[in-house]
Order: sequence, then C-alpha cells, then structure tokens
Amino acid sequence: MNEELIISGRENPMVDPQLHIWHWPIPLYLFLGGLAAGVLFFAALYYLLGKEEDFRTAVRRVPFLAPAALVIGLAALFIDLRHKAYFWQLYTTIRLESPMSWGAWTLLVITTVSFIWCALHIREFFPKWDWRYNWLKELESFFNRYKRPLAWVMLVFAIITGVYTGILLSAFNARPLWNTSVLGPLFLASGLSAGAASVVLASKNKHERLLFTKIDLIILGTELFLIVHMFMGFLASTQVQIEAAGLFLGGPYTMVFWIFVVMLGIIIPAILDLMELKGYHIPAVIPGLLVIMGSLVFRFVFVFAGQVSRWLY
Amino acid sequence: MATRRQFIRISAVGAGAVLAGAAGFRLMAPEPGKALSGSAGEMLRRIPTYCEVCFWKCAGWVYRDDKGAIKKIVGNNEDLNCNGRFCPRGTGGIGMYYDDDRLRTPLIRTEERGQQSFREATWEEAFDYIAEKIKKISAEHGPECLALFTHGSGGKYFSTLLRALGSPHVAAPSYAQCRGPREVAFQGTFGETIESPERTDIRDTKCLVLIGSHIGENMHNGQVQEMSDAIDKGATIITVDPRYSTAAGKSKYWLPIKPATDLALLLAWINVIINEELYDKPYVEKYTFGLDYLREHVRSMTPEWAYGITTIDPTVIRETAREMANASPAVIIHPGRHVTWYRDDTQRLRAVAILNALLGSWGRRGGFYRPEIFELPEPPHPPFPEPKRSWRTEFPDLYKLADSVLANGLCDATVPDPSRHCQFQGWIVNGTNLIETLPNQENTLKAIQALQLLVVIDTMPMEITGWADVVLPECTYLERFDDIRTGPHRKPQIALRAPAAEPMYNTKPSFWMARELAKRLGVIDYFPFERIEDQLDWQLKQAGSSLDEMMKLGVKTFDRQYEDLYFAPGEDVEFYTPTGKIELYSTTFEEAGFDPLPKYTHHEEPPPGFYRLNYGRAPMHTFSRTSNNPNLTDLMDENTLWVNPRVAKEWGLSTGQYVHLVNQDGKKSEFPIKVRVTERIRWDSVYMVHGFGHDQKKLRRCYGKGASDTNLITKVLVDPLMGGTGMRGNFVTFITDLSGKEVAS
Amino acid sequence: MRYAMAVDTKKCVGCSDCVVACQTENDVPIGFCRDWVVEVIDGTYPQLEVEIRSERCNQCENPPCVRCCPTGASHVVEGGVVLVKPNKCIGCGACIASCPYDARYPHPKGYVDKCTFCIHRVRLGMQPACVAVCPTKCMYFGDLDDPNSDVSRVLKKRKFKTLIPEAGTKPHLYFLI
Repeated sequence: MNEELIISGRENPMVDPQLHIWHWPIPLYLFLGGLAAGVLFFAALYYLLGKEEDFRTAVRRVPFLAPAALVIGLAALFIDLRHKAYFWQLYTTIRLESPMSWGAWTLLVITTVSFIWCALHIREFFPKWDWRYNWLKELESFFNRYKRPLAWVMLVFAIITGVYTGILLSAFNARPLWNTSVLGPLFLASGLSAGAASVVLASKNKHERLLFTKIDLIILGTELFLIVHMFMGFLASTQVQIEAAGLFLGGPYTMVFWIFVVMLGIIIPAILDLMELKGYHIPAVIPGLLVIMGSLVFRFVFVFAGQVSRWLY
Repeated sequence: MATRRQFIRISAVGAGAVLAGAAGFRLMAPEPGKALSGSAGEMLRRIPTYCEVCFWKCAGWVYRDDKGAIKKIVGNNEDLNCNGRFCPRGTGGIGMYYDDDRLRTPLIRTEERGQQSFREATWEEAFDYIAEKIKKISAEHGPECLALFTHGSGGKYFSTLLRALGSPHVAAPSYAQCRGPREVAFQGTFGETIESPERTDIRDTKCLVLIGSHIGENMHNGQVQEMSDAIDKGATIITVDPRYSTAAGKSKYWLPIKPATDLALLLAWINVIINEELYDKPYVEKYTFGLDYLREHVRSMTPEWAYGITTIDPTVIRETAREMANASPAVIIHPGRHVTWYRDDTQRLRAVAILNALLGSWGRRGGFYRPEIFELPEPPHPPFPEPKRSWRTEFPDLYKLADSVLANGLCDATVPDPSRHCQFQGWIVNGTNLIETLPNQENTLKAIQALQLLVVIDTMPMEITGWADVVLPECTYLERFDDIRTGPHRKPQIALRAPAAEPMYNTKPSFWMARELAKRLGVIDYFPFERIEDQLDWQLKQAGSSLDEMMKLGVKTFDRQYEDLYFAPGEDVEFYTPTGKIELYSTTFEEAGFDPLPKYTHHEEPPPGFYRLNYGRAPMHTFSRTSNNPNLTDLMDENTLWVNPRVAKEWGLSTGQYVHLVNQDGKKSEFPIKVRVTERIRWDSVYMVHGFGHDQKKLRRCYGKGASDTNLITKVLVDPLMGGTGMRGNFVTFITDLSGKEVAS
Repeated sequence: MRYAMAVDTKKCVGCSDCVVACQTENDVPIGFCRDWVVEVIDGTYPQLEVEIRSERCNQCENPPCVRCCPTGASHVVEGGVVLVKPNKCIGCGACIASCPYDARYPHPKGYVDKCTFCIHRVRLGMQPACVAVCPTKCMYFGDLDDPNSDVSRVLKKRKFKTLIPEAGTKPHLYFLI
C-alpha cells in the first residue's frame, strides 16, 4: 500500500483539498468572450467580403450581442478578482509571456471596436437616431470612412479573442487537462460556432440562415474532430495526462461532458443542421440554443475539471 | 534608539520590497535584550521566557512590536534544553495567548455541579468563597483533606499554600499516570531517578534502543534534537514498537513486537548478553550486585522462548543484543516517558535498568550522564507545620514503593467508601485537565461529586472547569513572572520567565492568587514577598545574578560544582541503594514484598473482533492542553484512528470514514473518529493520538473533533508496586453506523 | 547568486515546526500556510519505508507563476527568489493555477502570497525562519554558487531529488534521500 498525505493540516482556501481558484465568473466570461468573438468575426468577415447587404443580420444586427456580452464578461472577470482595487495595474504594462496580459489588452481593443461597430449600425434598431453632439457626429463619419480598416482590426482581434482564452489555459502546464495545444483552436471553434448559431437564431433571411447553418455544421465537425484528437493526445501522453483524461472517461465529469457538451452541444445540433440542409424543416431555435448551451457548458466543465487535474498527490 | 528602520513601513506581509530599496542599509547587531527586525521591517523587543506548553520548559525569547503585540517566540541559543530551537508547540505558544476562547473572569457555580452554569464574579467574591470553604473543611476534617493536583508552573504557589495549611497532598499526574514506574524502577536499581529532562546522553550515543518510546512523535525537544545529532554521527537506532513510529522509520532495526510482551524481549536480551558474556565485565564487577541471581533467573528466558511470546525472530533478538553490546558503554536502552501500560510497568522498567547496568551505560558517555541542578535558595518563611496524617499513614500497605503522592490515589480516596473513615473534601486543580488525564472517567466524576470544594485554575475552559465550584482564570505564561527554572542538565542552569504582555481580560498570575488566599487563611507569612519580581530579584542576587541581568540574558549557565559529568575510569562511586551498589537484584523491592527480579507475566489479549487501543502523541500537540490553540489546530485539528488494511477490508472501512468505537466494557466513544487505513499499525491494534474528543462547548475550535481515548479507558491496570495506572489494557471494536442506534458488535 | 534549500527527509520527524515558525515570522493568517509537511509510506507491514518532506514554494529557476502574471506583480529578485508585490497584484489567481506544487494561496487581504525564503531575514544574514527553528536541524539553506555554503556542501555529500523535475520548472528545493 502506498500512502502520500499532508500531515501538517494544510487547508489553504481554494487550493485544498483540490484547486478551486476560479469559480463561475471565469467560464462565464470565457463563453461570453467566445460568443462575442464569433459574432464579431462573422460580422467583419462578411463585411469585408462585401456581403453586407446579403447578410444584414450577421453584419449589422447580431453584433449588438457583442458589447453586451463583453461588458458582462468583463464584469464577471472583475468580480472574480480578489484584489479589485488594483485591477488597473493590468494596463500599466504588457507582459508578452502572459496570455492574460495579451487578453487584457485585446479585450480593451475588441470591446472598444465592438462598441464603435454597433454605434455605426445603431440605426438598424433606432432609425431616427441622432448623435446630438457635433464631435460624436464627426466620429461617426470618421469611422464610416475608415470602416474597412476597422473591420480588419475587428477581424484580427476577434480571432485573437477567440483563441487566446484557449492558449491561456493551455499555457498552464501545472494543470495537465489544459496543457494541450488543441485547446486554443478548440475554444476558437466553439466561440465561432456560438457566433454562427446566434446569427441563425436572429436572422429572418432564409438564405442567411442556410449559409450560417452550413458554416455552423462545418465548425461543429471541426470541434468534434479536435475533441477526439485532444483525447487521443492525452491517452498517448504521460501518466498525469492519462489521469486527467480519466476525469472524462469514467471520472466525475464523464456524464456532463459527453451528454451535454458532445451529444447535446455538438452531435445533435450537427445532425439537425444536416437535416435542415437536406430540406427538413427544423425550428432553428433548437440547434441554435443547443450549440450555445454546449459552448457554455463546455467552458464550465473544462475550467472546473482542469483545476481538479494535477501533478502531485 | 530611533532608527531609519522605524520609519520604513511597508504592507504587513513582508514581501521584502522595502529592503530592496534600502541599498545602503547597514546590518546592526541587536543590542543585548533588545530589538530585532520583524518580517515587515519593524523593530521588535524581546523578553525572556521559558515555555509552558509542555514540561520540557525550553527557554526562549518572546518578540513583541512597538504596540506591545506579541509576534513570535524563538529559542534562546544558550539554553541547554532547546539550543536555540523551539518545538512546534513552543513556537505556536502565541496561540495560547491569542486564543479567544480563553477564560476571562472568575466564575462561581450557580447550579448543581456539572450543569455548567456559572455566574461571573469578582476576585474578592471568588477568594472569599474559597477561603470560607477551606476553613470549614479544615475545621471539620482537618487540612489534610485538602488536595492539590497540578501540572503547571503556578502549582508551586498553591503547593506552598497547602503545605502552609498543613496538607502534604500535592500530586502531579505525571507520576502515576506517566513516568512514575520508571522513577521507582531506576531508584530501586541505581538509587537515583531519571529526572526530567531525561539524563540520557543521546547526542553521544552509538546505539539508542527505543522500547515503547516514540521520540519524534513525542516532541520532547532536547531528546529529538539529540536523536538527530546521533543520526548524524552514525548511531544505530533500534525501535521496538508494534507500530511503525517515526522513530521506527529512522531505525536500523525495527522490531514489530506483539503488544504487551516487551518484558519477555528485555529478559531475552539480558539472557543473550549474560550468556554470550557481552556485558561490561569490569563495570559489572565493580559497581553491581546480584549478577549470579540474575544469571540464574534468566537461564530459561532464551530468544526462542521470547520468540513464542513476542513474535520477534530469535536471530533478530540475538543480533540486536550484540549490536547493543558492541556500542557499550555508549548505549542507551531508553526508559521511555509515559510508561504506565500494563500493571507490571515498574518491573518492566527494572528490566530496562538492569540491561543498562549490564552494558555499563549508567554514568558513561553516550549512556546516562550525571545531571546537576542549580540550587536556588527559597525565600525565608516559617517551617511548614507537620501534617497530622497523610495518605501514607492511612494506607501503609498500599503502593509501598511510591515515593510521590498519586493523583489517582487522591481521586480514589475522594470517592466515599465505608471501609475508609475519611476522604478528601476539597481539591485545587491547576493546569491539568483531570477528566482527560485520569483513566476511568466515571470514577473521577464520582469523586468530584463527593467534594465539598473544587477550585480550578486554568487558562482555558477545559473539561475540568465545567465541574468546578470556582473557576479562577490564570493568565498565560507569556503574561507573568514565575519561579526561576532550575531543572537538571549537563550543567547547572537557571532561566527566567518574564511577562511579555499585560494579562489579558481579567486574568491573573497564580502567585497573586495564592497570596490573596493566603491572606484570608492566615498564612501570609509563607509568602514574604508581595511582588514576585522582588522575590525573584532576591533569589537571583543570592545566586550572584539579578533580575536585571536575567532580563538581558534569559538563561545563565554555571560550572558544575559536585561530581563530573561521567564516572572517571575506576572511580569509586557509591550508589544510594541499601548495598551501595547498582542492584541488579533489588533488595528494596524484596523488602517491600515484591519480586526482586522481573518476571514475565502474560497480559490479556483482545477478544475476537476487538483491537487493542493504543494511544500516543503528535509532535504538534501537548495532549488536550493545545487542542484549541489556533496555530496548532492549523496543523492538526482532529485525531485519526489508524487501522490496518486487512482489518479495514474485513470491516469495509476506508480512509476518511468516521466510526464510533465501543470497548470491552460496552463504553462507547462520545464522538466519532476519522479512520486512516495505514500499513503502519499491526492488525491486532488500533492507534490514536491522545488529547482530542473534547466535549466542552466553550472550546469552540476543538469541540467534538476527533475521539477521546480516555473515554474508552475504563479498565485500569493498577501497578501494585507504586500505584501507576496502566492504560493499555482496553480493547475496542467499530461501530460503522453513526445514526446513534446501539449495534451489537 | 542562486539561493536554494535542502531538506533531509531521513532526519525530518514531521513535527511541522517549520510551518508554525513561518506563520509567526511572516504573519501568515490562521487557516493558511506557506509551507507544509508530506509523509509517504510504502510497503506492507512490517516491511515499510517512510519519507517525510517539508515542502514550500520551490523558487523555480523557470517559474510558470512569473510568466503567467499579467501585471508583473510576480517577479524575481536576487538569488532567484520569486516574490509578489502586493500592490501590483490584482488577485486574478492565474499564478495559483499555474503552480504545479500548489505553493501559492490567496491571502485574505486579496493578493497572492507564498514562501519568500524569508528574504527579509536572508538579507540581514540570517536563515529563513523554518531552517532556523527546525529541531532536527534537517534543513539547509544557502547560495548554490558558493561552494562553501551549507546547502552546497550537503548536496555534494548526499543523494537528492526534486519534485516533478519533468514539469520543467527547475526547482531550488532539494530533498536529501
């Protein structure tokens, strides 16, 4: 028999008996950030492809989710900080080795850009909107002139926003479950699929809905592919990674992951999307909501399970 | 001495950032008796003390900041007991000071004893109450019917009080509940006791035999330090223990002995050493008496015989005996400390003493040295009155070899008994939680209920306080002066305890309490000094020092005056025994009607389905005294029950599960205990650390945590030689259903 | 200058004095600890072996906690000691998650705290509180770049190991085995 135990009664809050330093605000932010990233990516992409009129919802209306999501997400992040009065220290430096530092600055940029983008399209919802102040009207015309560069900035930063959260987690080699380079692309794919699903849910344009259903299907397929590869990677790796994978293969997170994230969040919506494309009429709300739920639950499960995975004792 | 340092303030958790900036910082050596930098860059003052958390009494320094807050306690480098390093309990002593569950004000009982209903009282009220009752008892029954139980420094003053009144009955549980048997055994062999701190020369030994001693879990500071020194020097450690103790983990030989059979092993070792002529011939020839009787006595006690009893391989018995002999005279068969186990403890310790004598370790380097004590004069007072009677005069035939008052004896003699024409009427209890200390709790409670007066002086609301008539809140050792420490050691040394802070709440030192009572009882002459500082200064001046000097030094060491540390080769040593020699064959024992040579007796074994209840110490606690200390509960806040994996499998137990225990007399544990399934314990026993399972709600941090072994020690194996209460004869079984329904085992 | 600590697992008795001394020296709040003691038991009764380790922050040469800190509150000072500047720390907890040794903890005041090798004492020529208090004298501290320091000398004499070397952190806490 082998016993390994701490005999000096260590009970550091949020560290013992197992790490639980990040609670619900973090996965919530990761989801909202991913959603915003997906939404803004498609908005920028189809604007730059000149399809603004064809896909009005995607380019002009759905992006209004982004500022809301980002603001709530940032509020969640702020709530999670334990030394809140010093949060501004994040913006006194940029640390290239820290994905969180990248993220802080990226969020600054993408949130600003998303507000600007929405401000430019505010007449989608309030046709008689008047900026009242001259300087605001001047800003509006300025950004309208430079809408293309703005869209490029939005595109690039949306991708960074979508992918950096995955990179952030994968940089924690102390948490074997996160320490896989598949996590970055996986988070991006998850965010993009949530964004695409939002467009499908919001759009009244059949053509737009079909396109985004197709896009969603491709991304869901990619996600599934990445998840399978992630597990293959774990099981072929070191003991700690095999144990980490075990959390989902018989361990406490098995049910919630395979049922809610994979089955309900990826496979079933993919099947429904396929059926939709084949001509069957599926109420768009079902696969849409399932994908979004899957994206949310995925982040919760991964953030909590990742903290359980460990090297020692 | 204002310095720049006092003005450099950074946030309280010293990240050290301030010092990074102070590049031109010069290191100033702290002035003697004064200040040293704390973690936040502040200046700290230091005050000398000696620790009260256990009985080793290490001397050290208490550091406090400008605002008078006590920050930390560190050892005094010159102290022989600790060599500048305190143990975890001493370091955590500040928890005793900051514990907010401390007693704060005198309490007087309002309802029936045990109902735990008290009202707050003034000191005057409390003293008047006590004095009145004492006068009554003295008048009706005689002052001899007052008894003092003490295990704290404050006991000295209550002892003076009681003796001034005419009672000789001062008992410390450390005798009959702990080391009594070894003192009697060694007294009967060498004419001297082991003392505390033990006179074992561990740091120079070549072979340390621990039979029933778990140094390392028993955290007597000097012993652990010296064992570490011995390991560094390559000493061999032989541990005899049914459990894989910490010491066993550092031993060359671990003998996993069957419980209750140690005496057979010792006798077999003696057999091997005599038969293979491995004993120190010149030493035995010159200094001992009775070798021939011993040789004859152990003739049949071969390793093969012992194997059948102890389950220790005869080869191992021979090998270890040879290993010991090889190291002679630098070998120690350690006498242990808490040795009240199975009723024949005095005889078992006699075997230990005999073995040491054969190997010539007594009085030799690496064996047992000759300690010296500094003799500090007592303040002048009238001679104590001669008591008209004592427990000795009332019970001349009981425990003939006991040379101290027995705590359990006093307790027994308090329970009304028609065969006795008197009993104790009043108890003063200071610094000992009798409910957890004395085995057979029912008996203790019966005695308490028969008392006219029970006064408890304590710092914490321990279980015993719940039964008192009057509770007097003592301030901790960090808030008071006390007697100068003059314990025995390699060199005579004195140590000062001075207060590092004013007493918190409405607590007071025992010196003051005893004096106030003495005033009311007309014996104030026995306390000639009104302030303890003056008494200490007077005493120290007689010794060539002063209070001022000791405040700066903390400890002062003197040269030895009498004998050398070890026997000189060929020295003519006279031993304080009837024959003047080391008595392998004890004439005192024979005269008192007991076996002059130890005999092995078989002890009861656990019935099927039951397991022997073994208990011991944890290095971060001192029994129940520290269970509520916040710094120490951080390390260990409950005890666990060690269960062998085979047993666990049989009962379906897993680590982390809570179970109740019930013993052979049907007594059930009050609180459940957490199981630890471990290979470290034999399949016929279970093990837990003593001192948990508190049922006093006022101890908020430790109430209900863990189980109390004292709870389950209902069968007490009393040593007829000196009254020691053997506590290892109880067996327990498990109750896995915690719903409270009684389950037949 | 590279500070390091070595702990002799053969002499340690698991008394946890190092934990209490650190607590009182560094004002670690009750309920928290910067260092801890681990016991490892191997075998079957009575063939048993034990290893006892006093653990703390390893003051890694390749510290993941410094890399992931978004504000630079986690930084390295002389000797390779990793410290936290409380008023730069935002309490995001990334460093706590990034430590494979679970050495960091969230201080109740909000910032992140951990063992500092008592750098405030070391700078005054003293030893860390845990090393100074250990009753078995089983802890050694010093500069690895100084061949005469306690820790250099003992690492030359004894076999030693570090924890999870494969994590790539290059720890400076050695266990003599």
